Amino acid sequence: MDQLVGLLGYEFVQNALAAGFVIAIVSGVVSGFVVARNMSFAVHALAELGFTGSAGFLLLHLSPVLGLLAGSAVTAVFIGTLGVRARGRDVVVGVVMAFGLGLGVLFITLYKGYATQAFAILFGTITGVSRGDVLLLLAIGAVTLLALAAIYRPLVFATVDPEVAEARGVPVGALAVVFLLIMAAAVAEAIQVVGVLLILTLLITPGAAAERLTPRPGLAIACSVAIALLCTIGGILLSLVTNAPVSVFVTSLSFLSYLLARFAIGPRRTERRLASVPTEARSGPAPTASKTG
Amino acid sequence: MSSRPAVRFERVTLSYGARRIWTDLSLDIAPGTFVAILGPNGSGKTSLLRAILGLVAPSAGRVEVLGRAPRRGDPAIGYVPQHSSFDSELPFRGRDLVRLGVDGHRWGIGWSDPAANARVNRALGSVEAESYADAPIGRLSGGEQQRLRIAQALVGDPQILLCDEPLANLDLRYQQAITDLIAGWRDRVGGTVLFVTHDVNPVLRVVNQVLFVVNGRWAAGTPDEVLRSERMSALYGSHVDVVRVHGRILVVGESTESGFNIEEPHHAPAAVVDHGDGH
Repeated sequence: MDQLVGLLGYEFVQNALAAGFVIAIVSGVVSGFVVARNMSFAVHALAELGFTGSAGFLLLHLSPVLGLLAGSAVTAVFIGTLGVRARGRDVVVGVVMAFGLGLGVLFITLYKGYATQAFAILFGTITGVSRGDVLLLLAIGAVTLLALAAIYRPLVFATVDPEVAEARGVPVGALAVVFLLIMAAAVAEAIQVVGVLLILTLLITPGAAAERLTPRPGLAIACSVAIALLCTIGGILLSLVTNAPVSVFVTSLSFLSYLLARFAIGPRRTERRLASVPTEARSGPAPTASKTG
Repeated sequence: MSSRPAVRFERVTLSYGARRIWTDLSLDIAPGTFVAILGPNGSGKTSLLRAILGLVAPSAGRVEVLGRAPRRGDPAIGYVPQHSSFDSELPFRGRDLVRLGVDGHRWGIGWSDPAANARVNRALGSVEAESYADAPIGRLSGGEQQRLRIAQALVGDPQILLCDEPLANLDLRYQQAITDLIAGWRDRVGGTVLFVTHDVNPVLRVVNQVLFVVNGRWAAGTPDEVLRSERMSALYGSHVDVVRVHGRILVVGESTESGFNIEEPHHAPAAVVDHGDGH
């Protein structure tokens, strides 16, 4: 404990915790939508092409954080415009991802700097962020959260109930593209903590765990943020004490929270809620009707 | 209620690319009418609703909704879409679905609002869904979800209700309950109902008008006028018998095999319900 308090005096520790705090809030909010919209594969592609962007920017001696953002944002636009329909989306994501990652390999080969830079992007660099990086991450995070707040209601509508949303005049297609850009920003943020390869631990797991805890949409997002904070801050602190990489602890805590939510806490809550529902059949949703007309 | 039609079709033709869905449809639907829209799969029943919603534009002719051109997001229209199930883990309750009908299309977060909550509660009460309004929506039965969808469509106090196969996947008891709910709304507020269905029987008691669409052609009128062997034979372009048994109406076409019911799409051979370019 004393050791931990002593560590908190170091600037790099303060930076890491401040950045981690912002990143966790963004990841927690966005992951709820990623899970509800079933976009795990797109998250993965945004991250891998963020790597390409980052490697490209390193090559040009520019900020790797901005490179990440640029790479994933360009990918978001590609996926959004080429694959709006759900079925085609995964195919487009795969096509774009394969090509983009190839470029990343080229950039990293051409880059004459240290291989540790590439390693850091792949596995996270949170204890290496500067004060400037913290401010940059804070700015990206604030813009992301504001954008999400502005489109929150119609985005929920378009996510849960797209047919009626469209009929009510919600711009479902445009929102899909805007949400991809929001995801791109969240991916660029989360990569700072866990890196490209482990991105899903912050952008899927908190949302997936939270939906097992409550059927209330607002509360689910709050739970998701709480879980992301617990994993990120907990992961950074444990890493400082043990000297093992942050990613190891973030992924473990995140997996643990999912297991707890799914098998220990979630089932009891759901059973109780359903038990309070009296009559009509509890057989679950009927199979989807074939499209008519 | 004014005498202006709730929905008017004036020589409307709708096509997708080169394919004509239906041609030259002219029909006035008076306020307070319950219209059943019938016809085989692929005959353009859903497209008809989408034209009223302003989501597709006719290639010829004019559609009018309450005297205006259709426009996306018209608050005077409530819409119950074709059944689509919700993920069983989705953190979303029936109450939240109905709330979307109040202000889900507006920008911003939309914090809890007593006035909106009161409207949601009234709508939940009107479909008797209070007891499961707080359960995860993906865990509810098809009938329960359908009641919530109707509450969502009605919470905005529309004048016209469009329903796309709202009885699909429901057993007889729930078909009856859902029909009664919608007809009750029509009687209470004098609203207009356009009800797409492949089987007219569950709604026969409450229907004022029938619109039958086949192969780009159509027939409209009261059920007794339209659901007759001569009209249906002319519409299908082949011999069709309309049989009334035990208060049910069966539309039965000739077939190389034993008889079949044209209204049950999975029983109808392609020769009769072929929805090609029309004739």
